[in-house]
Amino acid sequence: MEFASSENPALANYAPAVRQQLFQFVLQLADTSLVLGHRLSEWCGHGPILEQDLAMANIALDLLGETRSLYQYAAELEGQGRTEDDLAYLRSATEYRNPLLVEQPNGDFADTVVRQFLFDNFHYHFLKQLLTNADERLAAIAEKSLKEATYHLKWSSEWIIRLGDGTEESRQRVEKAIAELWRFSGELTMPTALEKELQAAGLIPDYAEIQAGMAAHAEQVLAEATLAVPQQVFMLTGGKDGRHTEHLGYILTELQYMQRTFPGLTW
Amino acid sequence: MVAPAPPTEAHIWQLLEEVTDPEVPVLSILDLGIVRAVRVEGEQITVTITPTYSGCPAMNTIATDIRLRLLAEGYTKLTINNQLSPAWTTDWMTKAGREKLEAYGIAPPIDGTASGHVLNLFGKETAVRCPLCKSEHTHLVSQFGSTACKALYQCDDCREPFDYFKCHS
Repeated sequence: MEFASSENPALANYAPAVRQQLFQFVLQLADTSLVLGHRLSEWCGHGPILEQDLAMANIALDLLGETRSLYQYAAELEGQGRTEDDLAYLRSATEYRNPLLVEQPNGDFADTVVRQFLFDNFHYHFLKQLLTNADERLAAIAEKSLKEATYHLKWSSEWIIRLGDGTEESRQRVEKAIAELWRFSGELTMPTALEKELQAAGLIPDYAEIQAGMAAHAEQVLAEATLAVPQQVFMLTGGKDGRHTEHLGYILTELQYMQRTFPGLTW
Repeated sequence: MVAPAPPTEAHIWQLLEEVTDPEVPVLSILDLGIVRAVRVEGEQITVTITPTYSGCPAMNTIATDIRLRLLAEGYTKLTINNQLSPAWTTDWMTKAGREKLEAYGIAPPIDGTASGHVLNLFGKETAVRCPLCKSEHTHLVSQFGSTACKALYQCDDCREPFDYFKCHS
């Protein structure tokens, strides 16, 4: 590591219990960016056309950068000497706190675009709220990542429109992807017990406003794509509490292989 | 070895001018606008840099290069800080840096054209000047390019594809 770590002066002001809660929440955000970034990186060399292969690799890289900032902060909040690498490579699937959406398989390009659109729509509106967050470090990470997240949402929104209002085949595929993946979108703004406590303490943004922004954007994009917004979908949850679909275990097997096989390995 | 003269901030800035971006080697890190502060206290030197993009893989290399350049002058008490806020913007790129970029074949960022936090779906594209034949008849091929900081364009007159250093503000 070439950089000096900069201790957040605000850390000393948090009571130990609050610091532990904030640690869990930052970990959840880091896990989310890491798992989705890993999924996108699986496309590298397999994209439908070169430009979109590059786009997905670029988005994966932005997410990985955000992941590192978040894990570094989480490690400081925990204060037990674990590093960003320990947090990413040495925790099991039940300890991961990402929502179910981001661990869903890539499927075809339409599946990946819909998964990305649902996440980007949340990420963009969430980071906007986080900009003025009480926790300065989270606000700084949001300030950096929001510019990138805006670019991602533009990319995935335009692809929803192209696929929906495109050919018969692209439309049929994007409709199938929406039918499959929409049920994972609710978890993003459904607060867990931990999130409710942090919201009550004013440490993280309330999700109601974020949800309203997301709904308005989704409606506008789907209307332009001539697609219907799914109604009355039963939303699946559990990822943010560590109850995952079978897919996460396979992701971690690949992601953690080197560190599990050769503990403490460095380049 | 002769002990080096005590460092001055002006001298450190001069040395940093010689450290280049590993991905766009015609640009110094000062041209790029990523050095935010230099502090000298006695023999202790602190350099604060900020990433262009969160996942920019060049950041660690740049930090190592800064360290090596200062070590070569005999300065050993070094701290390199990575600062996220305020977030980097292409407005911080110098005029000289923009000219070097164009001469190198990469179209420099056009200020005020970033969508910022506004989405502007299928919005009107910016007229980016071809760095080779200087025509403004060009079109966007891909929002994403060979590195996080670039987009891919093609010139409609000389037909050459080229990189555009995206406006980021």
